[in-house]
Amino acid sequence: MARNKEKLVLLLDVGPSMHSVLPEVEKVCSMLVEKKLIFRKNDEVGVVVFGTEETNNDLTKEVGGYDHIVVLEDIKVVDGDLIDTLQKLPRGTVDGDFLDAIVVGMDMLIKKYKDIHKGKKRLCLITNAVHPIKDSLEGTKEDQVETIAAQMTAQGMKMESVVVRGRLSQDANKRIMDENDRLLSIFSKQTLTRTVYVDSPTSLLGALKTRRITPVTVFRGDLELSPDMKIKVWVYKRTQEEKFPTLKKYSEKAPQTNKFATHQVKVDYEYKTVDGASKVVPPEQRIKGYRYGPQVVPISAAEWDAVKFKPEKGVKLLGFTDASNIMRHYYMKDVYLFIAEPGNTRAILSVSAIARAMKEMNKVAILRCVWRQGQQNVVLGVLTPNISQNDKLPDSFYFNVLPFIEDVREYQFPSFNSFPVSWQPNEQQQKAADELVQMLNLAPSGKEEALLPDYTPNPVLERFYRHLELKSKQPDAAVPPLDGTLKRITEPDPELFFENKSVIDALRKHFELKENPKLKKSARRLLREKPSGSNDEDGDADVSDAQAVNSIEKALVVKIEKIGDLTPVQDFEVILSRRDSPEWVGKAIKEMRDKILGLLSDSHEGDNHLIAVECIAALRKGCILESQNHTTIFCAILTCIASRKE
Amino acid sequence: MDLDPEDVFKDEEDGSDNEFFQQSASSKEYVVYLVDASPKMFNTTCPGKDQKDETHFHLAVSCIAESLKTQIISRSYDEVAICFFNTREKKNLQDLNGVFVFNVAEREHLDRPTARLIKEFDCLQESFMREIGSQYGIVPGSRENSLYNALWVAQALLRKGSIKTADKRILLLTNEDDPFGGLLGAAKADMTRTSLQRAKDAQDLGISIELLPLSCPDEEFNVKVFYADLLGLDGEDLVQFMPSAGQKLEDMKDQLRKRMFTRRIIRRITFDITNGLSIQLNTYALIRPAVPGAITWLDSVTNLPLKIERSLICEDTGALIQEPPKRFQPYRNENVKFSMDEISEMKGISTGCLRLLGFKPLSCLKDYHNLRPSTFVYPSDQEVVGSTCIFIALYRSMLRLKRFAVAFYGSSSHPQLVALVAQDEVAKAGVQIEPPGINMIYLPYSDDIRDVEEIFPDTDDDAPRADEDQIQKAAALIKRIDMRDFSVSQFANPETLCSTAGSSSRRR
Repeated sequence: MARNKEKLVLLLDVGPSMHSVLPEVEKVCSMLVEKKLIFRKNDEVGVVVFGTEETNNDLTKEVGGYDHIVVLEDIKVVDGDLIDTLQKLPRGTVDGDFLDAIVVGMDMLIKKYKDIHKGKKRLCLITNAVHPIKDSLEGTKEDQVETIAAQMTAQGMKMESVVVRGRLSQDANKRIMDENDRLLSIFSKQTLTRTVYVDSPTSLLGALKTRRITPVTVFRGDLELSPDMKIKVWVYKRTQEEKFPTLKKYSEKAPQTNKFATHQVKVDYEYKTVDGASKVVPPEQRIKGYRYGPQVVPISAAEWDAVKFKPEKGVKLLGFTDASNIMRHYYMKDVYLFIAEPGNTRAILSVSAIARAMKEMNKVAILRCVWRQGQQNVVLGVLTPNISQNDKLPDSFYFNVLPFIEDVREYQFPSFNSFPVSWQPNEQQQKAADELVQMLNLAPSGKEEALLPDYTPNPVLERFYRHLELKSKQPDAAVPPLDGTLKRITEPDPELFFENKSVIDALRKHFELKENPKLKKSARRLLREKPSGSNDEDGDADVSDAQAVNSIEKALVVKIEKIGDLTPVQDFEVILSRRDSPEWVGKAIKEMRDKILGLLSDSHEGDNHLIAVECIAALRKGCILESQNHTTIFCAILTCIASRKE
Repeated sequence: MDLDPEDVFKDEEDGSDNEFFQQSASSKEYVVYLVDASPKMFNTTCPGKDQKDETHFHLAVSCIAESLKTQIISRSYDEVAICFFNTREKKNLQDLNGVFVFNVAEREHLDRPTARLIKEFDCLQESFMREIGSQYGIVPGSRENSLYNALWVAQALLRKGSIKTADKRILLLTNEDDPFGGLLGAAKADMTRTSLQRAKDAQDLGISIELLPLSCPDEEFNVKVFYADLLGLDGEDLVQFMPSAGQKLEDMKDQLRKRMFTRRIIRRITFDITNGLSIQLNTYALIRPAVPGAITWLDSVTNLPLKIERSLICEDTGALIQEPPKRFQPYRNENVKFSMDEISEMKGISTGCLRLLGFKPLSCLKDYHNLRPSTFVYPSDQEVVGSTCIFIALYRSMLRLKRFAVAFYGSSSHPQLVALVAQDEVAKAGVQIEPPGINMIYLPYSDDIRDVEEIFPDTDDDAPRADEDQIQKAAALIKRIDMRDFSVSQFANPETLCSTAGSSSRRR
């Protein structure tokens, strides 16, 4: 663990021109520390703000200068106080100098760690870089930046700069911005600096990686073009879904006085025979069965071993093909990155040559991959070139998994041209649609692409971590609603839609939508024999039937497991129709019985009787549908109800 | 290896994720294959490879056999019955002439396919003439109507189960477009009328009748002669009905096989284009990893299935926990607790519909913007009339302007940004290869994307780049190993093949 400990100094511009985005800066920085508290408890973080009225840093005391820079927190192992500090950043009063701040941050890292921990030291700068930096005493600003950059590389430091621009800094001086951009680009060229420009609060939240996952290779070995032509490659994941954290189960059984209680829950599984005895079967007496149709075929581990598919580890080229042969929607999984073995110039050159040739010829490669020895499946996929835009980074490939025959369902759909004229858009309608597709542009030239996946945070995770932090302080806090910044991900941007109001209105004018009048009839036809709708009046019956259909559809989605009070009949039918376990039928019938008995006993002057009768009718029908056996159960229940009545 | 980790360690939260990949058993399908066994089916051949001609009957039977084999692996909850009409012998519960329901031991007539059914059906070709026989069931002067009988038998077979939990289908395979063509006058009118009425009755019960026509070499199957009325096709549906095109055996086989699948809708969703303009879409899973059959644990002494009981035990007190426990996350030296309601509230950030956010050029969709298999969407006018028209207009605009739509899909389990990419229809020799519609591609969030800077090792120097000469050499290499006709689904998964071969060989 210790060797991966990251040492980070946050350099935050809090000058007046930054005030509008500081709420987002506070959120993203506290999220960064919060995730460190959960996933990387040993990382160390310091906080520097610049553009403040006051000055408080070591350099100013030692050599003078470096005004309006305050060290809010010295570098220390992450803790909760750090979050509290970051949630209340001071609002500065002067325009800050980001280069001075960088020097202060570097000085802190150098003093604390000398020249150890190379590559683990990181600076993170968030600024809008719209104000000029001070002229240097000797040489140009460029020279000054180059000296600092060289020092940064020598110390093994990395930097990440997030520059907030566009809509967020509209009336800034273009000349100064260009100069600052040039200076920042020197860092990108000469050091390991990632510079990101963002122009919306939403992408500010996503631009800074709040959780760093140490990359691990999936495969290291040969990419075999032919048995005697191989390139050494390393394979990494390029995308992998960051799941909602799996939370542990909490036990409330331990007495509150017990300070040492772990509150953990152990999950225990028992394998029992299904006959009446319910005997526990020991592990050695169990055998795996595989379904083949309705039958289950027992296959012992030894037999399984004999038929098991055991491919050799390796990555083999099957051939090249036109890129147009591989549709984008065939990509099946998260994405891999193939890079040439680091330090191996021949490999890097081969990958570069093949990638560039593929790009020129518009070709892709088809590979067959077995990542590990002993892996039981083979992966078929497509390798596409990734030509590097950054001089420091070598060319590489992306790899996407493709489906096998079994994975593809070849459904046929009617061609749109074969539809009747009434379903085809006419010329004006087509024009309205064209306008919409053109005008509702999320990636206008010259501006930052909105909702770029690389800078768009997962709103659910954002919300979880914010809520977690809140709950740690107020245990009974309610889940906060999505704030405006996150709503830009889940809802259309009102500004963009407002700008294009005329286009949208035109679209609305040209297309007419109405509910299908035939629908109710057909829905009723399907439901004719169902007892769900109790209303016999024609008009009302239509509505309630349609509602019944809706409620059932919804219920299926949420998986109803209990018969509720509102729609007992529908709930019963839904549970009865569940086929994921044979237990549901029994459960449904039992619950329905209890419900009916409950209705009858709670009934006041027979007000529940009508519902109870409906329930009985549904129960009868369900029992008959299910099997003979259940019919006898129904009779038994009826007898039971009758005896209760007396 | 006590537990099957796939099966048991699923959290409640994973349930819906799982549903994404597997078909749930609650959407069953009951199918009756109704195969015409008239002499015309045996006399008509279509030319195959190597001069080997195959009869239409053979073609139909082998396609069914193939579809059964796929079904037993991937959709084994579905139930099938195989029924021939225009036969010499009869075998059916109603004791009607000219109809023969094929079945094997240990199986109801309409039931899940078994290994035995597949095996015996494979051998049927040899014994058919001997045991079942082919004979016209509709002849002048006789009151028999084998088509009517066949529909009746099929409808009776499908009486089982509720229409709400199962799709019921009759798949009719025939090469006769005019079954009552040999009759005259009142007899013809009468038989036509009763057959149509029978079909309508079946349809009113929620059974769908689908026709898989086989065209004779010299004339195309004309659906308008009789079957359009039987299937209830009119106007727009009739135009959509695709007659079997190609004359080549392979093409016909391909077509039949594809049509035997139903297009199973995974979800009906609402697509919000702007406020007040919402259309209806159906989503389909065209590409999903086929998971090898689920494992059932058995008692090795009796070979009976075991049930797995899960119990939650408090580690501090050893007490059994009955109620669903709260969840917690250790944070800042304490345990922050969440109720399950709270967790689903945090996840529920949208209304479940698809909301349009805007459009981008196709070049913005990078190769690494992918996480999961895509979902196919196709419009439907069933609930909202006019949906298809808007859909087609937007679809054509996107195709022409080379743009895709960005939308937010607020499903309860996986709210996600998606790219909606229009796909033009692709067909080869009358067989549709890519259906027209829109593919929904699930986009990653920044949390899901790994930094390349992290992956590449630190260097001070610029990375080496290949020069023009090296690129040309690589280009020459690419030309030599070119697969011109590559298409996905050329390769079967060796793993599934292995395991199913294993289980089926054990059965036999």
